[in-house]
Amino acid sequence: MALLNDLLNLNLSDHTEKIIAEYIWIGGSGMDMRSKARTISKPVSSPSELPKWNYDGSSTGQAPGEDSEVIIYPQAIFKDPFRGGNNILVMCDCYTPQGEPIPTNKRHNAAKIFSNPEVAAEEPWYGIEQEYTLLQKDVNWPLGWPVGGFPGPQGPYYCAAGADKAFGRDIVDAHYKACLYAGINISGINGEVMPGQWEFQVGPSVGIAAADQVWVARYILERITEKAGVVLSFDPKPIMGDWNGAGAHTNYSTKSMREEGGYEIIKKAIEKLGLRHKEHIAAYGEGNERRLTGRHETADINTFKWGVANRGASIRVGRDTEKEGKGYFEDRRPASNMDPYVVTSMIAETTLLWKPT
Amino acid sequence: MSLLSDLINLNLSETTEKIIAEYIWIGGSGMDLRSKARTLKGPITDVSQLPKWNYDGSSTGQAPGEDSEVIFPQAIFKDPFRKGNNILVMCDCYTPQGDPIPTNKRYQAAKIFQDPAVAAEEPWYGIEQEYTLLQKDVKWPLGWPVGGFPGPQGPYYCSAGADKSFGRDIVDAHYKACLYAGINISGINGEVMPGQWEFQVGPTVGIASGDQVWVARYILERITEIAGVVLTFDPKPIPGDWNGAGAHTNYSTKSMREDGGYEVIKAAIEKLKLKHKEHIAAYGEGNERRLTGRHETADINTFSWGVANRGASVRVGRETEKDGKGYFEDRRPASNMDPYVVTSMIAETTILSKP
Repeated sequence: MALLNDLLNLNLSDHTEKIIAEYIWIGGSGMDMRSKARTISKPVSSPSELPKWNYDGSSTGQAPGEDSEVIIYPQAIFKDPFRGGNNILVMCDCYTPQGEPIPTNKRHNAAKIFSNPEVAAEEPWYGIEQEYTLLQKDVNWPLGWPVGGFPGPQGPYYCAAGADKAFGRDIVDAHYKACLYAGINISGINGEVMPGQWEFQVGPSVGIAAADQVWVARYILERITEKAGVVLSFDPKPIMGDWNGAGAHTNYSTKSMREEGGYEIIKKAIEKLGLRHKEHIAAYGEGNERRLTGRHETADINTFKWGVANRGASIRVGRDTEKEGKGYFEDRRPASNMDPYVVTSMIAETTLLWKPT
Repeated sequence: MSLLSDLINLNLSETTEKIIAEYIWIGGSGMDLRSKARTLKGPITDVSQLPKWNYDGSSTGQAPGEDSEVIFPQAIFKDPFRKGNNILVMCDCYTPQGDPIPTNKRYQAAKIFQDPAVAAEEPWYGIEQEYTLLQKDVKWPLGWPVGGFPGPQGPYYCSAGADKSFGRDIVDAHYKACLYAGINISGINGEVMPGQWEFQVGPTVGIASGDQVWVARYILERITEIAGVVLTFDPKPIPGDWNGAGAHTNYSTKSMREDGGYEVIKAAIEKLKLKHKEHIAAYGEGNERRLTGRHETADINTFSWGVANRGASVRVGRETEKDGKGYFEDRRPASNMDPYVVTSMIAETTILSKP
């Protein structure tokens, strides 16, 4: 309605110095995002200028009712694409009142790994390819699919256009611009092999920033699907059978890998990842066994293998990297519902800090 | 229709000095808000420049047909709907002879806040106003399937997503509209029950708190009207395993905010305990359906308090305990409470009454 939009789009900076800060955190399932807003007296440019806050942890399965306060610490700020002006989104992580990270706070440990001098010296870059599926509200069946039935088999949909092939593009395009506006390093988007499935990429971003940006990009996507009346799913295998799953392929490089002779470093890093395959898989997302079958451009979950330009491998090295003798590699194992704090820091830890015994 | 919007958004300050003042008052139920507008020569910057007005009290259950009521302007705010130099005016109601009518709770509250002992303590209030949005005509919560129920509580608190969060445009439009109007709105969040939301007003001093909450409620009702959604302040809109709606009132005095304040807080809580029944009687109709001891409430017949305890009548935050000073939260008031009554009663009991 015209007048509601006028209010939503009010430019407050003409009337007050106050800004609205939307504090975002991860809830009790490790995947549910929560947020609430507060008024701040004037514009800020760094998270350190923002106060810590708290929320009712008993409502998100993170604290008992008699001692319910969970404290949220601001860690990264972005421009708010919904409120505009000087308003901001604030990515936070969660602590007890005594200052200990709560069990579902995976950022804290990731930050420790990234501040390790050996890791920091290698400037680890991440490019994360976040896949996701859009579902029709109430029926929870993929967008564009006939209710009670299936679309034609995969083939025509990857990067397609057309009313019979691409479903939900407005959401994807709105998200792309919203993320760029917010200051997220979103590098691209594409329609995926399964109809109703899409992908956006964030990166290359350094260290802990990669995961902060992926989480806020996920939040912005959930806000946009909410507006569009469509349900967002990060399930790694939303539809059983001959339909692709959804992953979060994680591209990775270190300073040494990007320099002359880097390809040898890459191969050594891949060796180390191979020795810790089980540990990584356990942390790469719930339900991944339904997705990593060896079919549909995945490697079987129990097998570790790598190859150049091989999309059926656990790890793929691009032809450019092989040719130039330096570059990056792609860990194709993480599921779409992985926690980027866990995955990015674990890859850094295994390849830079861990020594095989 | 584009032409209607053009007219609604006309910027009159380019063509005339006249402004529109929307006079708002509380009607006969003590909860229904009423308003009407008049043209005045502007701009108006202070309440004292506004004339008293009157309305037909027999149409709002507040007067017999022959003798209409008089409204006194008490606080002004910028009008977020008409914008420009136009204003909203919060009023209270008097007989033509100048006596407050029975439903005028502001008058008595103002007397309490002017008491020198109370004024010296600069009482601050932060009010957490919860409310539920309902689908028009069926009066079933927004986002709920008609004839059925959504999945149980858990996913909805502070959530986003088309399957979890219903009515955000209303809430966000209200947040900006209130900031524009000059209301000290400090935040918003989605609540535990789907379709339920909360905004907070404060910290605000004395009588201003009640004025601002009432005008914020008015702005919310105007916005839900635009959105075609029904607003309810019922404290337990859906019986069963669904949270109710409250108006938790955070409170502090000068002494509580200074060193040693925690002792003053504890003494104040003791005084509140002694007057539990009187407060409960004034904390909103239907509160017994909400204060059951479940769903983050304390039972209506029990007075309890605790640090970080959301199942208590009064909650003290961990920061306050740690710093030895601060504020406390009275969790008893229902969403349909009258903030004039609740804020002044808390001040009266904790500052003026002797145990």
